[in-house]
Amino acid sequence: MNSKIILVNIFRWFLLLFIQILLLRNLSFYSLATPFVYILFLLLLPFKTPNLLLYLIAFATGLTLDAFYDTLGVHTAACVTLAFVRISFIAVTVNKDNFDEPEPTLGNMGFKWFSIYAILCTFAHHLVLFFLETFRLTEFSYTLLRGLLSAIFTLFLIILIEFIFYNRKAR
Amino acid sequence: MRNLWIFINRYNAFFFFIIFFTIGIYLTVSNNSYQRSVAVNSTNEVVGTAYKNLNVLKKYLNLGDVNDSLAAENAKLKTELLALNSIDSAKNVVVKDTLNNTQYTYLSARVIKNSITLRNNIITINRGTADGIASGMAVISPGTGVVGYIRDVSEHLATIESLLHKDTKVSVTLKKNNALGTLVWGAKNFDYRKAYIKDVPNHFKIALKDTVVTSGFSRFPPGIPVGRVSNTGIATGDNFMTIEIDLFNDFSTLQYVYVIKDKLAEEQKALESKLPNEQ
Repeated sequence: MNSKIILVNIFRWFLLLFIQILLLRNLSFYSLATPFVYILFLLLLPFKTPNLLLYLIAFATGLTLDAFYDTLGVHTAACVTLAFVRISFIAVTVNKDNFDEPEPTLGNMGFKWFSIYAILCTFAHHLVLFFLETFRLTEFSYTLLRGLLSAIFTLFLIILIEFIFYNRKAR
Repeated sequence: MRNLWIFINRYNAFFFFIIFFTIGIYLTVSNNSYQRSVAVNSTNEVVGTAYKNLNVLKKYLNLGDVNDSLAAENAKLKTELLALNSIDSAKNVVVKDTLNNTQYTYLSARVIKNSITLRNNIITINRGTADGIASGMAVISPGTGVVGYIRDVSEHLATIESLLHKDTKVSVTLKKNNALGTLVWGAKNFDYRKAYIKDVPNHFKIALKDTVVTSGFSRFPPGIPVGRVSNTGIATGDNFMTIEIDLFNDFSTLQYVYVIKDKLAEEQKALESKLPNEQ
């Protein structure tokens, strides 16, 4: 890993958390759908990130979000789940020995791969997030609805951002 | 042993997941319990300072609304003062509180962080132990309406468990017929302008637009207006009914709050702890 990739990721971390905490924290549709776009940072980490480092980064990111949202542990558990889904999905779909691309972006991997990747990760993250936040089963259907609608909202924003910064590698 | 190590190494992603996920769940559970010890929240020095600075712009943009609400409250207080003065002068008696002080004292605080979009919303204010704030104190908004209870306190900051939180319960009563109930939020929907009163006995006749006030049985002083009945027809199937109300205060524009210090809180707690547990 060279220093440029590290710098880009640090910048991305600050930018996405800044947007999340400043702007998106107070944004919601009818108290049903709330976006959590900061997970894009975890989605875009380089392929070659070691598993332990990935988990530590996910843990630290979740803990930071928790501090700002006053929901200790909720984002942490959700981010760790996302890390697990990410590792599993990449292990199944990408040949680990010879990476062509450094990062799993939309431009590098194509729309089909990226959208499935983002959908799986986002749904896993949001469902854990909303169920841990509610922490009771009596509101099961409502929590499920909120989780799914929020995941759709987040996915929409993530794919929008990816298209804005879309740069297909010239081959 | 070597085979075990190879097995663990081969599926390291899964084992790391178990470890980190367990820590996350543990943090969630410990944060949900009444005794919280970990200080990763917005009373934390770093997070609190960040929110304080970020809030400067919002504070400026909301000046108009805050001015209006303060002016309205001023007018209301002036009217009440006038009424009190006139009664006293007519009867020509000096009213003196025998406690030589009032039971409740109010302390104003500025909201530096607020949220309305989550299931469990927490508000952070710029007062802490240095200003005499303690965990469990009641908080109301200027003008009308309850806000919540103080949750964690640091030296200069405190968090409030907002009414928009699953654990917040306030004892309320209907002004017209004194029917008692418990005010909760999020029973049917998560609209921040609506709340629900549970456990109101079925025999009370409740009309739309009836005013709901605090009963004084929780840590709030009695008689603080909370909201207005908007729907009475929620069937629960037992001897108690649930009522939907429109809250008077708007949580989305909350800028200043009053923390209520109850002089007799400790005394009442000490006295009631002598009673055998009724449940």
